[in-house]
Amino acid sequence: MTRIATILMLCGAMALSACNNPNKYGKGGINDDSYQGGINSGALGDPNDPNSPAYFAQTIGDTVRFAVDQSTLTPEARAVLTQQAQWLNNHPNVTAVIEGHADEQGTREYNLALGARRASAVQQFLISQGVLASRLRTVSYGKERPLAVCSDEACYAQNRRAKTAIAIGAGA
Amino acid sequence: MLKKILLATAAAALLLAIGLRLSPVVAQDGPLRIVIEDGVIEPVPIAVAPFIAETGGAGQVAADITRVIAANMVGTGLFREIPPEAYISPVTSFDAPVAYADWKAINAQALITGSVAETGDGGIVVKFRLFDIFAGQPLGDGLQFKGGAGDWRRIAHKVSDQIYSRITGEGGYFDSQVVLVSESGPKDARRKALAIMDQDGANFRYLTDDSTIVLAPRFSPGGNQVLYTSFETGFPQIKLLDLRTGAAQPLANLDQGTMTFAPRFSPDGSTVVFSLEQAGNTDLYAMALGSGQMVRLTDAPSIETAPSFSPDGSRIVFESDRSGTQQLYIMPAGGGEPTRISFGEGRYGTPVWSPRGDLIAFTKQNAGRFHIGVMRTDGSEERLLTASFLDEGPTWAPNGRVIMFTRETAGAGGAAQAYSVDISGRNLRRVPTEGAASDPSWGPLRP
Repeated sequence: MTRIATILMLCGAMALSACNNPNKYGKGGINDDSYQGGINSGALGDPNDPNSPAYFAQTIGDTVRFAVDQSTLTPEARAVLTQQAQWLNNHPNVTAVIEGHADEQGTREYNLALGARRASAVQQFLISQGVLASRLRTVSYGKERPLAVCSDEACYAQNRRAKTAIAIGAGA
Repeated sequence: MLKKILLATAAAALLLAIGLRLSPVVAQDGPLRIVIEDGVIEPVPIAVAPFIAETGGAGQVAADITRVIAANMVGTGLFREIPPEAYISPVTSFDAPVAYADWKAINAQALITGSVAETGDGGIVVKFRLFDIFAGQPLGDGLQFKGGAGDWRRIAHKVSDQIYSRITGEGGYFDSQVVLVSESGPKDARRKALAIMDQDGANFRYLTDDSTIVLAPRFSPGGNQVLYTSFETGFPQIKLLDLRTGAAQPLANLDQGTMTFAPRFSPDGSTVVFSLEQAGNTDLYAMALGSGQMVRLTDAPSIETAPSFSPDGSRIVFESDRSGTQQLYIMPAGGGEPTRISFGEGRYGTPVWSPRGDLIAFTKQNAGRFHIGVMRTDGSEERLLTASFLDEGPTWAPNGRVIMFTRETAGAGGAAQAYSVDISGRNLRRVPTEGAASDPSWGPLRP
């Protein structure tokens, strides 16, 4: 539990550092909560330690990619998600938020809906592999949070993705 | 694409007929009139005579109001301003007779005169008259507006709306506001805050801070409320912001993990139509604001989003990928069998019904380019007004003759800006904003 506590503290610090609200928003601002841009699992710990979040994020891989305008899981994605499910089944105190994303080649609303489809495809697959539905939530960021910032297919391919962001505790 | 000047007086007709094809039905005497439709237009020369300061302290505000009116007129692309240095007979008094011959000599087709007086209680009175030079008579009656000295910009916009309406026969749009998303930060960690400003970019102020992602604000028909999508809870959720108090509340308290987005008011402001996502599937719902009662409008495994009411509230245009790609559909406002209206190449999204009811504006994606376009409500007469790496999200000016939208540039340094274009595809302009901006929503004419 010591490692877990450290992870949570670091995540909290990261969230706070992102909460740097310039004064320009003045009294018109209605939101004083900290930054909610994403649930960061934190690439912490030793990726060689099969129990670490780093192992999940990097050795297994927390992200799968999709073809243009598609939410169908590729064979490669299924292989990664099968391992994700095994890891989650071995760590029952971990919950996950599956973030669906789209590349910038689409309208904002459609991309939100498309990201939700992708996140749901991952969620359904993990459930089919025995992960309890109550441990998995989904969110779509549409095209709001690209991983790669160029405007070429090389970047678009990285941005059409779903990331399984894990967190310890809470609802497990 | 463009416009045609349909004439003015017989004299003006002769003058104009030299350079322009005229519609045969308009060759008759009549007031100065610009008709906004397809065709080519040469901007009409107008003189905006410096407004007369009728009290000692009104000089600056008179100059400011004159400048705003002239900028508004020229900004439509319909007018060219004749510089005051070219005047033969400068206007020295608001009530002095107009020397039509002198204005005709410098080819002014319209003359605007005005005055500003302080009222002594912190207010100002602004008067104006509009003259049709070639007809040799006023175009409409002189009018006066009274307001606080701090309202001078709105008064200038109201004068501008009067002038624009009298000459074009269309409603005005200058005295209106726009809500939008102000953007900052790098592309992979964009920070977004809601902001509101006058349609010309003045009086920009923030409505939220940028601590969470906010998307696609939508003005209420009455101009007092704004719907938008916020990630404040970590999950996209529609919020309703009251512009009088600045307070925002969730539109509905739904199950966590249910995503709501793409809201839009009904024309009477009583209902919100929006997208709700459950288990990866997005459908359309309507909620009555009074009762909170929710009705499901579509039930399909496809994506249904971006709904927009017809101005009479009887129908809803939306996008769906039920055919395999994004296309536009119209259905009754209470739900029911949709009719597909888009059949061109590419994908169609974000349809918005014109406040006049005649056209639907949309985003079209085809062959790696994005366009803003308009079509008739039966899908006919599609016209693309813009083309770029990424144009999206049209919103209509209150008069249904100008469209604002988001244009984003490509690459790692890409940024979003608000642009406007008129429905003929003319007069593409960047809308001034503080920093980068996206998702403009044009509000109603202010009372």
